[in-house]
Amino acid sequence: MFRQLFRKHEFFIAIILIVISLTIGLINPRFFSLANVFSLLRRATIMGIFSMGVLIVLISGGIDVSFTGIAIFSMYTTVSILVARDFQGSIFLPFIISGLLGLILGLINGVIIGVFKLPTLIVTLGTLSLYRGAMLFFVGSNYYNQAELPVAIKEFARASVFTVETSSGKTGLHPTFFILAFLGFIVWYVLKYTMLGRSFYAMGGDRESAERAGFNILRTQLIIYGFAGLLSGIGGMIVGALFRQANPFSIVGTELDIIAAAVLGGASIAGGRGSVIGTLLGVVLITIAKNSLVLLGIPSEWQRVIVGFFILLGTAIPMVQSLVVQRRLAMQRDEIPVTS
Amino acid sequence: MSHIENTETHNQSLISRLQSFIKNGNGNIVRLLTAVIVIFTLLSMARPETFLTIRNMQSMAFQASEIGILTIAIMVTMLSGGIDLAIVSTASLSGIIAGMILTSMVPPESSAGTVALGLVLAILAALIIGVVCGAFSGYLVAVWEMPAILATLGTSLLYKGLGTAITGGVTVFGITESQFIGNGEVLGIPFPLILLLIVSIITGIILSRTRFGINLYMLGTNPTAARFSGIDNRRVLIYSYIISGVLSAIAGIIILGRTNAMNVDFGASYVLLAILIAVLGDVDPYGGSGNVIGVLLALVAMQFLSTGFNMLLYKSSGANFFKEFAWGALLIIVLIVNHFSDKRRTMRIS
Repeated sequence: MFRQLFRKHEFFIAIILIVISLTIGLINPRFFSLANVFSLLRRATIMGIFSMGVLIVLISGGIDVSFTGIAIFSMYTTVSILVARDFQGSIFLPFIISGLLGLILGLINGVIIGVFKLPTLIVTLGTLSLYRGAMLFFVGSNYYNQAELPVAIKEFARASVFTVETSSGKTGLHPTFFILAFLGFIVWYVLKYTMLGRSFYAMGGDRESAERAGFNILRTQLIIYGFAGLLSGIGGMIVGALFRQANPFSIVGTELDIIAAAVLGGASIAGGRGSVIGTLLGVVLITIAKNSLVLLGIPSEWQRVIVGFFILLGTAIPMVQSLVVQRRLAMQRDEIPVTS
Repeated sequence: MSHIENTETHNQSLISRLQSFIKNGNGNIVRLLTAVIVIFTLLSMARPETFLTIRNMQSMAFQASEIGILTIAIMVTMLSGGIDLAIVSTASLSGIIAGMILTSMVPPESSAGTVALGLVLAILAALIIGVVCGAFSGYLVAVWEMPAILATLGTSLLYKGLGTAITGGVTVFGITESQFIGNGEVLGIPFPLILLLIVSIITGIILSRTRFGINLYMLGTNPTAARFSGIDNRRVLIYSYIISGVLSAIAGIIILGRTNAMNVDFGASYVLLAILIAVLGDVDPYGGSGNVIGVLLALVAMQFLSTGFNMLLYKSSGANFFKEFAWGALLIIVLIVNHFSDKRRTMRIS
């Protein structure tokens, strides 16, 4: 039982997370204050929602760097439409429009990648530039501040569950946390218990074999990239709501942090690996690395070094593990392993 | 490879030589050359007073040189089937180190000897940084067998982070004398362009005439076959990332010279642009094919297009936004077109 646990990547990440949290907390007790925890959760929620899409894409053997472009396109376009129509309705409509726009853009990715069998990194680099450029040129590049946003979005920004009074004012858990919990559960269930989830892993493990085993690769890719797009659309709207502004120049540029979180959590573009729990742990770790190392007295300039180091570490651990296994197998078979 | 069939077709007429040139998989070069000529003609007719001037040609050459060197850098790694996403971070880290050495070693109004010594040391340091950055990425890819995308994403964050940590996030400046590298001219030819041409020729020779070059193409085409034909895949991979690092460092020195300033966030969009030009120049993202001539032609085509957009959209503020949109669209279209022409090529062989 314990040995099995030890082999799990998630176990290592959890240990690292606990050690780091305890260290920061011991040096600076403010780390464990409710205000700080809620503010970390708020940031982690945004990354977490994007990371679910990134995770599925990574499991299927691809990499998607366009999701931030999809998020900003969907959010900004939705807000522009709603502001132009002087929208007064509930918060659901903005999320539906933004999600649908994200779905469409994600499906475009899926069609380009699936139909023409093109490398995912290069395609999504292209569509990232395409979507953001299209938004800035055709939709607009003006910034909507808090006063201009639809009422529903402003109210949603203030929503809170478990409100607590602290010395610095009221703080609480934002309901978007439950959106993440819900989405996380769905992704976990799909990955673990459905044939669709199997097809993601099968594709990432070995595309050729998956195809011969009867999985419809094109359909799977459309579902993967469509779903990632839908999540990006929803995530984009959450960013707009939580920061109470529609800034067309935001979000894009943070994609590496989120990919880093998923990789750190054990997802690999090379081997059909990755889990929801690991990814969420990775998200929390990156969030702490980006926001809380300052509490330890580490200068903010060093944060990027640490995040970069974390990515390499997260990528290296599973690679080294598989190399060790390969060597052991090769020794058993007493022949040279065919690598690379 | 073009030099092989050149000897066979020695006595044929120009047209049949051209035909066999196209048949040997060089159709893309002819296509690119046509595109360059068409865009050039269109722009010359549309805006002869601004486009067809020596000043404009010079300013285009200045703009294209650094991105050209970065594209050759990423091409070398793409030939192996990998990719080096850390080119821009390596360039900025090298530029930062060079700038810091220059400003600390060469105070204003120092003697010519100090200036020369400072420049030599700064350039050497930048190149060494390039070698180290490239070697580290290559080590992760070759020895630890990390996927190139993830390894270089990680190293690119790491190098950028080191740049931030060293400078504290502020901009580093160069000195007046170092500006020649980025802004100087020799007989009216921009100095960065001369550097680009030297880099192109040397890389071209390394790729087509050396054992390493041939091994790199073989590795990119089929790593297992390369391994079983006795090629040390790891060494070839590490060398390819070192070349990429050194070329990135050269681009970093040029950027420092041209803008006389360097900070970690400079040129974030250059990675996309370099990949776009490489793919446009028919470098196969899956490895094994591509050459310097294709990349240079694609570079010229892109620079003409970029200048063209600026000229046509000079009235609106959205020229840059439109370019961002157009580069993305172009990359996707070229990928799809290449996909179909590759399919034709394989069908003809089989």
